[in-house]
Amino acid sequence: MRTTWTIYRRELAAYLSSPMGWIVAAAVLLIDGLLFYAQALGPAAGARLSAEVLSRFFWNSSGLVAIAAVALSIRLIVEERQHETLVLLNTSPVRDREIVLGKFLSAFTFLAGITLLTIYMPLLILVNGRISVGQVAVGYLGLLLLGAAVLSVGIFASSLTRHQLVAAVLGSAFVGTLFIFWPMSFVLEPPLSRIVASLSLHGRNWSGFQIGTLHLKDVFYYVATTTFFLLLSTKVLEAKRWE
Amino acid sequence: MLRADRLVKYYGGKRALGPVSFEIGAGETVGILGLNGVGKTTLLRIVATDLRPSGGAIEIDGVDALRDPHAVRTRIGFLPQRPPLYPDMTVGEYLSFAGRLRGMDDAALKRRTAVVEEITHIGHMRNELVRHLSLGYRQRVGVAQAIIHDPAFLILDEPTQGLDPAQVVEMRNMIRDLKARYTVLISSHNLPEISESCDRLMVLDAGRIVATGTEATLSERLLGARRVEVVVRTAGSDSTPPDAADPVAACIRAVAGVREVKQGEAEAGARAYTVSAEGDVRAELCRALVLAGFDVLRLSETREKLETIFLQLVATDGAHDVDHLPA
Repeated sequence: MRTTWTIYRRELAAYLSSPMGWIVAAAVLLIDGLLFYAQALGPAAGARLSAEVLSRFFWNSSGLVAIAAVALSIRLIVEERQHETLVLLNTSPVRDREIVLGKFLSAFTFLAGITLLTIYMPLLILVNGRISVGQVAVGYLGLLLLGAAVLSVGIFASSLTRHQLVAAVLGSAFVGTLFIFWPMSFVLEPPLSRIVASLSLHGRNWSGFQIGTLHLKDVFYYVATTTFFLLLSTKVLEAKRWE
Repeated sequence: MLRADRLVKYYGGKRALGPVSFEIGAGETVGILGLNGVGKTTLLRIVATDLRPSGGAIEIDGVDALRDPHAVRTRIGFLPQRPPLYPDMTVGEYLSFAGRLRGMDDAALKRRTAVVEEITHIGHMRNELVRHLSLGYRQRVGVAQAIIHDPAFLILDEPTQGLDPAQVVEMRNMIRDLKARYTVLISSHNLPEISESCDRLMVLDAGRIVATGTEATLSERLLGARRVEVVVRTAGSDSTPPDAADPVAACIRAVAGVREVKQGEAEAGARAYTVSAEGDVRAELCRALVLAGFDVLRLSETREKLETIFLQLVATDGAHDVDHLPA
């Protein structure tokens, strides 16, 4: 656990000292703010119920969080290979799962920080409209769970290659596929449609959070997905030693 | 300290290493010599537990490296060909990170950082970003991370690669210092470096160890003879051929063990001979010449240059199986 903490601190410092981390943060906050203005405050917003505005905010944010999570996670292992620093971790008394967990937690902390910086927008709705704190809290829980799952998929993509571009393409493809499972489920026949829908990273597993309804099965899905891809990343790191 | 038994590594269907078996005793400094692509880095990565072998066994400090690599990693320090440095960290942050990865606490880190900064002469660079360091300093920081936790066994892969001549000299001095503290395994294709730094050499070719031993024993075993250079003062003409008419050559030939005598170049008033002999005949030669009334100006053993030995070892087809020389 101590080495996980050591890796966590190093990676978090790397986010805070690199332009990449700040560019992602700035882009997410800017785009999220613009979308919120357009849909809640701007002249084109129209008359909407505050719960609907909140739901749209979380829907927009979920897409931005997913994109940010891919951008933040891609570098995590691939960069170690590019700089040939993975050998330091590999030849230190650090287990592969500690490497993966430390990196995941650092990316998750940074992503959570960015996500929580958007809180002023739901607070504006809370002050001026009729929504509950619970709705806001459930929505943010959903964003964080979605972000964690996408980060784990990104780390898995990052563990597969030594090229940033390849990792970015792979990560985007994996996440995109998991997102597309939801619309795909409408055109497939049961039972395949049910299986595909239940594996979807968005849609059925996400919609509850968006409207402030907490289902434990949704929480379980995101935790399970995150754990699965983190385990897969650990196995890839182990397997690379046998190459 | 290290025992490797029939280590083999395949990349896909291609054998990159082995089978190789060798032992390294505590306190020894052993050099792996070989041309590029013969498996040096693969062997070192296996020893450093960065890579798992396809077959064989390896034990470091009494611990099975394949069964318990985690325990082995606390006992080793590894400097790969390209030092594993994070460009966004300062030297101090990096050493602290490397130490903490090895489980060191604050007190141990503080104590050891002072020691490694002294050994590697990087104390004044503590607050510099790694990305701003020269190649020589990067290499030093690489060595510093490898010894920060005071390992029992140090593995250095081509430590002088890419350095300029001045930096090479500095690195050699540092390795000399490290020799006194650790058991060291160094790989290189730089022959003088390995010759000067190591107690024993292992010559690797096509993934196999084709010879092991000191430079002197390799020379002796490979060439089958020792060579002694003798310079004798001459009273008159010094152009007499080294045949039976040459009393000096005749005197040398009469010494037991001498195989061949060749005359070489010498200063005016002296005559030089190169003597090939079985075993060390220096004392007998000296005694015989002096008793015969010749003035011996110089008598010394000349070793075959390491380059010659190395090239003969790797150039000889089939040598792999027959020339495995014991230490």
